[in-house]
Amino acid sequence: MDKLIQDLKVQIIAQLNLQDLKPEDIGDDQPLFVEGLGLDSIDALELIVLLQKQYKIKLSNAEDGPKVFRSVRTMAEYIMEHQPQIS
Amino acid sequence: MNAPVFIAGVGAISAIGNNSAECLVALENEQPGMGEMVYLESLHSKTLPVAEVKLDNETLAQRLGLSAVISRTAMLSMMAAKEALENAGIPDLTAFRTGFISANTVGGMDRTEQFFAGFLADNKNGRLRDIVHHECGYITELVADSLGIRNYVSTISTACSSSANSIFYAARLIRNNILDVVIAGGTDALTKFTLNGFNTLMILDQEFCRPFDENRKGLNLGEGAGYVVLVSESVAAMLKSAPACKLSGYCNANDAYHQTASSPDGTGSFLAMKGALERSRLAADDIDYINLHGTGTQNNDIAEGTAIRRLFGPQYPKMSSTKSFTGHTLGASGGLEAVFSALAIREQIIYPNLRLQTPMKELPFIPEKGLIKNSGVKHVLSNSFGFGGNCSSLIFSKI
Amino acid sequence: MPGEIYITASSGISQHRVFKNQLPAYDNPDADMPGFLMAAYHHFGIKYPKFYKMDHLCKLGWLASEVLLKDSFDELRYQPEEMGIILANASSSLDADLKYFESTKEFASPALFVYTLPNIVIGEICIKHKFKGENAFFIFEAFDADFMEKYVRNLINSNILQACICGWVELIGEEYRAVLFLVEKARGPGDHEPEFTQQGIMLFTQENLNKIYHLENG
Repeated sequence: MDKLIQDLKVQIIAQLNLQDLKPEDIGDDQPLFVEGLGLDSIDALELIVLLQKQYKIKLSNAEDGPKVFRSVRTMAEYIMEHQPQIS
Repeated sequence: MNAPVFIAGVGAISAIGNNSAECLVALENEQPGMGEMVYLESLHSKTLPVAEVKLDNETLAQRLGLSAVISRTAMLSMMAAKEALENAGIPDLTAFRTGFISANTVGGMDRTEQFFAGFLADNKNGRLRDIVHHECGYITELVADSLGIRNYVSTISTACSSSANSIFYAARLIRNNILDVVIAGGTDALTKFTLNGFNTLMILDQEFCRPFDENRKGLNLGEGAGYVVLVSESVAAMLKSAPACKLSGYCNANDAYHQTASSPDGTGSFLAMKGALERSRLAADDIDYINLHGTGTQNNDIAEGTAIRRLFGPQYPKMSSTKSFTGHTLGASGGLEAVFSALAIREQIIYPNLRLQTPMKELPFIPEKGLIKNSGVKHVLSNSFGFGGNCSSLIFSKI
Repeated sequence: MPGEIYITASSGISQHRVFKNQLPAYDNPDADMPGFLMAAYHHFGIKYPKFYKMDHLCKLGWLASEVLLKDSFDELRYQPEEMGIILANASSSLDADLKYFESTKEFASPALFVYTLPNIVIGEICIKHKFKGENAFFIFEAFDADFMEKYVRNLINSNILQACICGWVELIGEEYRAVLFLVEKARGPGDHEPEFTQQGIMLFTQENLNKIYHLENG
């Protein structure tokens, strides 16, 4: 789980072009949107692409986005739940 | 500077008709144009309904008397622009300073897609520079040539408000005594590029779209073209049949919020509608009908609705989104909806907003669910908002 | 003179060089286009993380607007809806269109699709500086000073805008050029604000637009 969280931080920075950020700048439970990292609706869509590309997980309902992408930890939990072979 | 600018003619082609008369019949009979893809080839053909013009490229070329198929964007444009000119019935166009202002967002993308496939496989298959001629400006030039217009030709590209912007730009050219007659509006053909793009934005409804419904799921893409012929007072006086309406106000503003999303309070829409009212010297309660931008996305409809509440509340004009018939025709939508606005005044009708079941809980008003005849409509406000925060409102008034 | 319209600042980016008010402001002859835009962003010390997300056309236009407005413009003098932007180019958003098209072969990128419209660059500048007035993007074969001068003069004389950024923002492959003009009206005899007394301001005429365009174009 910890490794997954670390990997996700690196992948999020690359996918969303957050070039001023380092993985350690993102807290495990820090909100990703608005008041946290300040991500927007297009970033949310890019995170869906990230899940698909890196983890072969398809989030078909955009309405699940806010719950899944609340923080790096909730993303990791969602990945574990939908792809239990990754640990 | 404040001389009136008249609408002398209209021309349209969309999923609900190949000319403005056919579109009007479909609007009156509540017949939407969406359905399963017939002409566009796409992986999504079974899942995403679209509003296609019901003519294939060969038939379009034939009807236009073209010897070969050219970009669908240009052919749709020629169909509607020619109708608009004929409808205006200007006896001798060469006697006037005439312009063609057209908008589009995809350009010749339908043709360019074929180029891309070869070019990306091997970049010796053509030069990048060459496809510039498939782009937006070239489409306008092609159509202007076919209409025989050389005095003034211009292309605007501001996303989904493009053709509304071309219409008020045309009015300015007339008011400033640069031109006497301008055909203005826009065109866009459906392409895989736009379909896939909007699909990645997850704002396409897999059912027929439901603008201003609480349970709306997004938009349906459409295609088409819409043009109005704007003329000066002196040209209007020479016409056999007197124009039924004039463009009495317009305004463009920027939402300055996000590349694609509208601000929650609809700042850009609010400024555009407010500015158009001021320019027309009308009060909010003079407006009888709003042709909504009403795409059916969560974001647009709440932003537009909030702006309307701020500007018009507590007395609301009648409203509807004709995108519930035509789908969202992007660069053509402002032109098509200008045609529908002019027809609403000429025919004294207000169009229904189809498939509206559950009104949005945040809004204190409900768009019209059925056709209204003998509406007594004098002033119509038409909204067109686009990505990049570009928001435009036009006001058409009965003469 | 009251009512007179001036070019109160200009900026240009092309051929590995940046100009401000017709003077060289930065150059980096060895960098390729993306590298040059990134280096220029860092050189001017601007902090705007959204810059990294923009496509090349937006980076170019946005950067040119930063150079244009820096130390030359007081946004607080105007209402947001009094400030507008009129731009033009030849290749529309073709550069972004191609990149998006390439991405669709694997995973279509929504962040790339967003930039497949040329007027998004106007949106980016408006977001940063809260310009909420009239804005439009035109497609021309080449920079047309005659058109630009008449169009913007009309906007200002009709009191639709009080301040306007106008110009040319074109980018395709390695070829790029942006030339922007800040256009403002002198408001009255008491108008002693710095931009109207500083050196280098010019009357807003076709000749001056062309002169600056060709100079700042290298």
